[in-house]
Amino acid sequence: MAKYLLIDFGSTFTKLCAVDTEAEDIIDTASYFTTVDEDISIGYHEALKRLYDKIGKDIEFEQVIACSSAAGGLKMAAIGLVEELTAEAAKRVCLGAGAKVDLVLSHHINKHEVQKILDENIDIILLAGGADGGNSECVLYNAELLGKMNVRVPIIFAGNKSARDEIENIFNKYNLDGYICDNVMPKVNSLNTEPAREKIREIFLNKIIEAKGIKSIESEIDQVILPTPNAVLEAAKLLAQGYLNESGFGDIVLIDIGGATTDMYSICNATKRSDVIIHGLEEPFAKRTVEGDLGMRYSAPGIIKSLSLQEIEFINKEKKVDIEKEVKKRYENVKSLPQNKHDEFIDLFLAEICAYRAMHRHVGRIEEVYTPMGKVYNQVGKDLTEIKYVIGTGGVIINSKDKESILKRTTNILHNAQELRPNDPKFYVDQKYIIAAMGLLSKINPLAALRIMKKNIVRI
Amino acid sequence: MKTIVIGVIGADVHAVGNKIIEYTLINNGYHVVNIGVLSSQEDFINAAIETDADLILVSSLYGHGEIDCRGMRDKCIESGIGDILLYVGGNIVVGKQDFSEVKKTFLDMGFNRVYSPGTPIEDALSDIKEDLGE
Repeated sequence: MAKYLLIDFGSTFTKLCAVDTEAEDIIDTASYFTTVDEDISIGYHEALKRLYDKIGKDIEFEQVIACSSAAGGLKMAAIGLVEELTAEAAKRVCLGAGAKVDLVLSHHINKHEVQKILDENIDIILLAGGADGGNSECVLYNAELLGKMNVRVPIIFAGNKSARDEIENIFNKYNLDGYICDNVMPKVNSLNTEPAREKIREIFLNKIIEAKGIKSIESEIDQVILPTPNAVLEAAKLLAQGYLNESGFGDIVLIDIGGATTDMYSICNATKRSDVIIHGLEEPFAKRTVEGDLGMRYSAPGIIKSLSLQEIEFINKEKKVDIEKEVKKRYENVKSLPQNKHDEFIDLFLAEICAYRAMHRHVGRIEEVYTPMGKVYNQVGKDLTEIKYVIGTGGVIINSKDKESILKRTTNILHNAQELRPNDPKFYVDQKYIIAAMGLLSKINPLAALRIMKKNIVRI
Repeated sequence: MKTIVIGVIGADVHAVGNKIIEYTLINNGYHVVNIGVLSSQEDFINAAIETDADLILVSSLYGHGEIDCRGMRDKCIESGIGDILLYVGGNIVVGKQDFSEVKKTFLDMGFNRVYSPGTPIEDALSDIKEDLGE
């Protein structure tokens, strides 16, 4: 017996995936609406019933584990000193841990900003600032203000190590829910993500899922082990890198267009070239960016905001639609699915914009600099030009009749020489919507998870 | 331990002197934060803030130092590190200009020490020791 049930408690759907790791394949999948407002187990039971109906019998699972982005997902605030350095490092750590980063604050924070942390129901604060041995004053000031304003959410200190003792004193003095870990930026421009990420996961497991009413399900299943985007990142890493003798895809890009966000993942080094000079904060090998203003339903208005008036007019004329009206319709009814060809056409168009814009913000840039010693290349961010695989997931891509058209928007269609977008990748789709589930399975049986992904993530 | 941020400013990729400076300063007991070549004023200043640096030592070898360094002191002031020591050296201007005038230009721009082409690092080192203490 090697059957596992993997659950993704999403913001809208609870998705179940039953796998047989001996056969190295999926038994079946099923889903139902997430019911976290009433009782999360209602939706789970309904989905389970559907799953058993599809399979034709009940199954006894060896383990039942879940990831969750229900009840708003994991909401974090990242605090640092310089915007481009420790604040950015803290933000990247939060994103890599699968969080939504609603607030990024830098330098000395003020009462107004702390009030925002309180108002926006932030789940965890990541407090950084200063390279090791560098500036302590700012991070101490910020910790003190969080204490004075009686912030009760967990605070992870991941700043200058020289400030640690005093930070502990502040945590004790104000009785804060404080945690200490290694600096996210121990040296200028070098990024240290793992310790803080692990700490975030720990707090997510011990506190956040309970606060969000998800913990109650653990009497019926084994454990909720990851925030969903973190599970996706784990799956993407495994699919790219392979496991032992089983090879992976190599460098990949994965895009997940959802109702509220567009998530972009790239698994590769910053560059393969030796003739470029790389600037700025170190890039993570497994990088995730999230666009909270680009989504198909909740965040559809953000798509309009990202367009100029001329562009909107052009679109309306060219496509013979009223794009603002269409977006409003989707925002007001977030559970709506396309009913006819027209709806499908609009969804496709919105998804294309999400893909294009999300990659625009994720990808690195290069510029030629003419120096007395000749031409040199200055690069900021990740070079994705040589990426061979772009993989799509999320309802709109999976259900679209023109998947390639959406995924193609991640490539360099406008021939912008500065943006280091994928040049000529192959396009794949997570047709059965299993990526998050495989991220979970990778924690138990990575080899099976990898082989199942290679079987079920298909070329289009 | 005193912290010094070093790097090469502007569209300038001369890396050798930069490494010699790093080596010498480390051997003399300083904490060196080397941001490398092709660095902007902001790169120097950001690194100095995060590391609580005592001194920024700017190298410029390709003759455009005056353009690249202009306004740097003001940016330091705006960024809250107005009191930081600023040194500059290398081939900071084009051609054979009278160095006393060049020096005055950079001092007026808010640099604390200005070095002429070919200055041995040891000379700068004794200034650093004087300004920062051993």
